[in-house]
Amino acid sequence: MINEIKKEIVTKLEKETIFSFLSEGKRIDERGPYDFRPVNIIPALIKKAEGSALVELGNTKILAGIKVSPARPFADEPNKGIFVVNTEFAPVASPIFEPGPPSEYAIEVARVVDRAIRSAEMIKLDELVIIPGKLVWMINIDIYTLDDDGNLIDASMIGAVSALLTGSIPKVEVIDEEKEEIEIIKEETRPIPIQDIPVTLTFAKIGNYIVLDPSHIEENIMDGRLTIAINQKNQICALQKGEGGGFKFEDVLLAKDIALRKAEELRSIILDHLAKKPRGDEAWEEIRGE
Amino acid sequence: MELKEEIILLTPEGKRSDGRRWDELRPIRMRVGVLKRADGSALVEMGNTKVLAAVYGPRESHPRHLLPPDRAILRVAYRMATFSVEERKKPQPSRREIELSKVIKEALEPALYLEEFPRTAIDVYTLVLQADGGTRTASINAASLALADAGIPMKGLVTAVAVGRIGDQIIVDLNDLEDKYGDADMPIAMVPVTGEITLLQMDGTMPPDLFEEALKVAKRALEIIYNEQKKALRERYLRIKDEVLGEEK
Repeated sequence: MINEIKKEIVTKLEKETIFSFLSEGKRIDERGPYDFRPVNIIPALIKKAEGSALVELGNTKILAGIKVSPARPFADEPNKGIFVVNTEFAPVASPIFEPGPPSEYAIEVARVVDRAIRSAEMIKLDELVIIPGKLVWMINIDIYTLDDDGNLIDASMIGAVSALLTGSIPKVEVIDEEKEEIEIIKEETRPIPIQDIPVTLTFAKIGNYIVLDPSHIEENIMDGRLTIAINQKNQICALQKGEGGGFKFEDVLLAKDIALRKAEELRSIILDHLAKKPRGDEAWEEIRGE
Repeated sequence: MELKEEIILLTPEGKRSDGRRWDELRPIRMRVGVLKRADGSALVEMGNTKVLAAVYGPRESHPRHLLPPDRAILRVAYRMATFSVEERKKPQPSRREIELSKVIKEALEPALYLEEFPRTAIDVYTLVLQADGGTRTASINAASLALADAGIPMKGLVTAVAVGRIGDQIIVDLNDLEDKYGDADMPIAMVPVTGEITLLQMDGTMPPDLFEEALKVAKRALEIIYNEQKKALRERYLRIKDEVLGEEK
């Protein structure tokens, strides 16, 4: 039991309604099968974070934040920076989340986001070295779910990418390489070095139907889930099949085609929001509904 | 430890590190009903301190035999986001977070009619999104709004504020700097309609005569915050009204 993702009860009526909509090529929330929900991004709103973004995907809400700190590099990659993705399924977000160590699902989401960012080589890790072989920057990307109305993977991915794109690294001066003495100058920063912007697109298989960006009511009755990550070169850069079965060969190929078609749309929405939206104190006005 | 420049908490003119007067609160912003899935929710901002609270319940809980037959249990989890503070906080709950969860629970409990829901649990979760001092008091303010938003019967809202001391000057609504380097930090919560004090803690030192003054000062600040809470709740109901009327059209 504990190995399964806890699901909520869906009434027969809701289930039948979802299916009757799908049979007409529609969805219960009036979307088309391959539409994602409206995306809203509020960037750089957390002062103490080096990068942050609040993301709304329909009613799903997540908050991603970045902290950077000096750390020892991995032995097999002494001249590369480090990044770690962590998700906190905060119990504020859903009646089925509980406080405590991360669930399997939370770890899965973090690992999928990590994989998509890593495979796309989004961050130029070799530009994060402080003292070669000894000290590098570690970027901690922490993602908090605030409201779970389904598809936490794509919402988390948008959050992680947006936080990285708003993120900065403080200037550092090496005082003594031998003793590893450094001075961090927080007032002077540079953007986190980025070279790609990957996105993920998650599909659900419900009966014989495939839908993009499942809401939580659709997740509760889906047979299977498939996430496809696409980098800026329009290559597939990560895959994750989740939940039960459901996907056949032709389904996977269909999902791939839709993902490739939708990736650029999602990417330009992200960039558009990051370019236009106010940051810092002003960002909170939107959250307050002002 | 590196040497820090001397921190001036109070100028000779009586200005605090963020420009406030001794009895001035930070800008207060409160919004109720910010989350869809939660039964009740609220976002409370005291200047740069920003706290989100959500309430789930009354609901079933397991194991059922541990639930008292005559009332609901209240469970509170206070957590800080890893990026809410200067140095990244580890995601695992610290001893501090566990203690604060307990005192916040005890601050809220006296305001609730828990006997209305035997054998159930009410869960209150608070998440500090950004910390600049006074996170427990902001959590209490947010949690009590979220409880009201969830429709839990209450004797009244719970309102909280911190008062403190710099030298012989009492200050209200401490920021992080004043909390760390001031002479005393005394968070206090009360149920304004019953006058009951439901949380009282202090660290630092406080001479007895100043203690009495601090309590008086706190009471005035609590009144202001209580009015903001009532305003935020009313605004929530007006929003619901608009939504309902909008649908009828």
